[in-house]
Amino acid sequence: MDMICINCPKGCHLSIEKDGDGWNIQGYACERGKAYALSEMTDPRRTLTSTVKIKDGTITRCPVKTSAPIPKDMVRDAAKSLDSVTVIAPVKVGDVIVANVLGTGSDIIATRNIAKA
Amino acid sequence: MAKVAIIGCGVVGAAVAYKLSRYDADIVIVEAENDIADGTTKANSAIIHAGYDPEPGTLMARLNVEGVKQALEISKKLDVPYKRIGSYVLAFSEEDCRTIEKLLSNSVANGVEGCEILSGDEVRKREPNISEEVIAALWAPTAGIINPWEYCIAMAETAVRNGADLKLNSRVESIDKAEKGYVLHTSSGDIEADYVVNAAGTFADKIHNMVAEPVFRTVHSKGEYYIFDKEEGTRVGAVIFQCPSKVGKGVLVAPTVEGNLILGPNAVDCDGDDLSVTAEGLEFIRKAAARSVPNVNYSNAIRNFTGVRANTDKSDFIIGVAAEDFIDLAGIKSPGLSSAPAIADEALKLLEGEGLKLNEKAEYVDSRKKVRFRDMNREEREELIKSNPSYGKVVCRCETVTEGEILDAIHSPIPARTLDGVKRRCSSGMGRCQGGFCGPRIVELLAREYGVSEADIEKDKTGSYILCGETKEEKC
Amino acid sequence: MRDLIVIGAGPAGLAAAEEASRNGLKDILLIERDDYLGGILNQCIHNGFGLHHFKEELTGPEYASRFIDQLEGTGINVMTGCMVIDIDEDRTVTYVSKEHGLVSEQAKAIILSMGCRERTRGAIGIPGTRPAGVLTAGAAQRYVNIDGFMVGKRVVILGSGDIGLIMARRLTLEGAEVLACVEVMPYSSGLQRNISQCLNDFGIPLYLSHTVTEIRGENRVEQVVVQEVGPDRKPVPGTEMVYDCDTLLLSVGLIPENELTREAGIKIDPRTKGAVVSDDMQTSLDGVFACGNVLQVHDLVDNVTAESLRAGKAAAEYVLSGKKRGEVHSVVTKGAATYAVPQKIRCDAEGNVTMSFRVNRTIRKGTISLSGKDKTFISIKRSDMTPGEMQQLIVPMKLVGNIEPQEFVLDVEEVTE
Repeated sequence: MDMICINCPKGCHLSIEKDGDGWNIQGYACERGKAYALSEMTDPRRTLTSTVKIKDGTITRCPVKTSAPIPKDMVRDAAKSLDSVTVIAPVKVGDVIVANVLGTGSDIIATRNIAKA
Repeated sequence: MAKVAIIGCGVVGAAVAYKLSRYDADIVIVEAENDIADGTTKANSAIIHAGYDPEPGTLMARLNVEGVKQALEISKKLDVPYKRIGSYVLAFSEEDCRTIEKLLSNSVANGVEGCEILSGDEVRKREPNISEEVIAALWAPTAGIINPWEYCIAMAETAVRNGADLKLNSRVESIDKAEKGYVLHTSSGDIEADYVVNAAGTFADKIHNMVAEPVFRTVHSKGEYYIFDKEEGTRVGAVIFQCPSKVGKGVLVAPTVEGNLILGPNAVDCDGDDLSVTAEGLEFIRKAAARSVPNVNYSNAIRNFTGVRANTDKSDFIIGVAAEDFIDLAGIKSPGLSSAPAIADEALKLLEGEGLKLNEKAEYVDSRKKVRFRDMNREEREELIKSNPSYGKVVCRCETVTEGEILDAIHSPIPARTLDGVKRRCSSGMGRCQGGFCGPRIVELLAREYGVSEADIEKDKTGSYILCGETKEEKC
Repeated sequence: MRDLIVIGAGPAGLAAAEEASRNGLKDILLIERDDYLGGILNQCIHNGFGLHHFKEELTGPEYASRFIDQLEGTGINVMTGCMVIDIDEDRTVTYVSKEHGLVSEQAKAIILSMGCRERTRGAIGIPGTRPAGVLTAGAAQRYVNIDGFMVGKRVVILGSGDIGLIMARRLTLEGAEVLACVEVMPYSSGLQRNISQCLNDFGIPLYLSHTVTEIRGENRVEQVVVQEVGPDRKPVPGTEMVYDCDTLLLSVGLIPENELTREAGIKIDPRTKGAVVSDDMQTSLDGVFACGNVLQVHDLVDNVTAESLRAGKAAAEYVLSGKKRGEVHSVVTKGAATYAVPQKIRCDAEGNVTMSFRVNRTIRKGTISLSGKDKTFISIKRSDMTPGEMQQLIVPMKLVGNIEPQEFVLDVEEVTE
């Protein structure tokens, strides 16, 4: 299977084939690329970035992300689950907004400092 | 007090309202759209023509020349950007030379001052970017460029300040004759008036036919345009025409009063108000314009638009009494913008003829002053910001329009309610980024001032919503 | 007189101001027109920033906040909500704000870091009506990510620039339906990784060699017509696809915002639409430097940071040493290279010079070389170069040596097997 590595802007063209019990991976330029190819076959994951509502802040949306990549097929549900979340300013980069989102083991954390208005 | 209803608030309707508002009359301006200056008035070449085009003896000839004289005075009084930069009609052939000779003799007959024929070399000396193929040109020093929608807005605003009532979103659907005057049935309710002025632009035939037998028919003809970045704005210093043909004055190249360059229009018959731009139309304009000015840089294009001419099956303006107490100002095609104030004078005369008494009011407003940060010198700017700090915040960075000016537009006598309404009143979003940067900020200001959600702010006409709700709310 | 005025506090201005401060400048003024520092990064809430500079993957706001946090204690004067409206040839900067009114200040050096703007519908002349619902991807990004408003329900994206690709994913996750991404060129102008994670992950089709040939709808977009284009980029009749949609996002390129630069009489490179600079990022006007997207449109903020650090350091050296730029070599391009920044290399430059350039077509295997009058200084092989991705060539100046001013040629050639 062919794929493009999303780890860095280089965007290496990877190919991965089942090879007995293991995998034959080609085209990677670093270990992260190799790991990416393998995870795409076994447990594909993505970092979700989105926003949540924020009250009393200088702006009305607080940008957030998952603290670690979550299973790819849970990205849409995780994004939707943020619709009902509202935080109160102030917020600091790294503040946990939702712990263990949808049981993924990954937290939703703030990515911008937002002061009280 | 007699009540006069003016149907349509383009430049003609606005001019009638402005002129009438100095007299003791109860004026109601009935506009179909959600803002004024929203039809042909906002989409045309923005030229005040010198007056050599129309055939001598026509209404167009007389009113154009009279309109040019008044434009100078009105633009000064009402603070409307207008520059008399002159125009050339280029001749590329012997036949063209005969045409410009004819235009020169028209100019004499029509009373246009200062026209002369220049050699190709003389033209190129004055306008170095003009084509080598040009062999002669008619020079008309009294031709000018204007901001057409501001011309309209300025006159309508002044009328409103003098007491005229403006009814927006009021499309006239039918008209009944009353015992005295008429009842206009509009999309927002009935309006009674003793006298009616039909200034409905491309809809003037429909309005006429509500009270009288059809005598003319609107023939929609659209013209497409290019607008260029100010980097191209000095490509020419005057309005550059080609020889007129049956369908129009041909493709022109001209600076705008804002300092951009405008190219166009073509002339294509169309159905109704077709405001679309076509690939063929734009290609035609590029080719035609290249004949006059070959080196326009199209990578500096920032906008295209289309306007629909209010042409009819008659060659002249249709100005007259359609029915008792009912005046038509129809078929106001080019040079309609140039003629507007003079057309208004005609309308007033016709109203008087129908029995309207024009008694001058003891007091009326006949001046207007606008803050234009961009055009101010240092001292004026310093003073302005001291008096109101909101003039210290530049919102539209391409055109250097401040928050104060946007608030002025929102709180003007005919308040801007939409993004384009603000744009028409203070030039925000007209620059090279076309509102990409200032658009969201102006939407925010509009929402704040009207106390509504940003999602309720429209771009231009009713239904032109920009946003479809908040994120995180019910999915739209 | 100020030591330095930095115009624009996005990633370029922040890095340049801080680096100038680290290199000994005391009186620095950083001017930002928005109410917040960080520039466009604030609305780029996606991840993928910082792998080079911070060796970790950050989102845009996080990347900006690292620099904003570093400002503290530097003594750099910051003004937000403040717009520069004029730069004079004697390095007098005139700015305006609610708080300070209209102020003019002269500086020993100026760094231009105003960023870029998006190309619009008018620049590409899309036929059709002019309804609401046609907007640039960046404007949509601001509405969605900062203001919290949705721009549409059914969306077509014209252009495959990175912001457009990022917005395809973003709008999908906010509940909109992104129907297609359409690119007139036979290749994407965005990063491969963004096609993979923003389009492919969500099953959004990418149509290369296609364009939007008509916009329909009176007040709001109702349909767009997409057509295949031939090698001449003209629409191919009979290939029309009509999409029912309410929104057309444009991601059709970025233009450096150099109005101030032009008015100051600084020389502009017509290819980059940014200032002509020497390897110290100095423009044709002494003491005025440029970096970031105002100089050349970058794909990666990490490259902006690297370039801005060079500008900040050079501005500090210029002010502290009082040394004027000496003689320079000029750089021209050949082969597939479409431009090169810097356009000049100082004859007495030391260390490494980073040349940035782009190629005009996809090159699977190629060579990149820099040559002078009689010799080639450096020649390397590189595979997989695409027009969408900026290339860089590091030139150790010791390979050039001390030679008389001359024309250098940056040549990119495709190697065919």
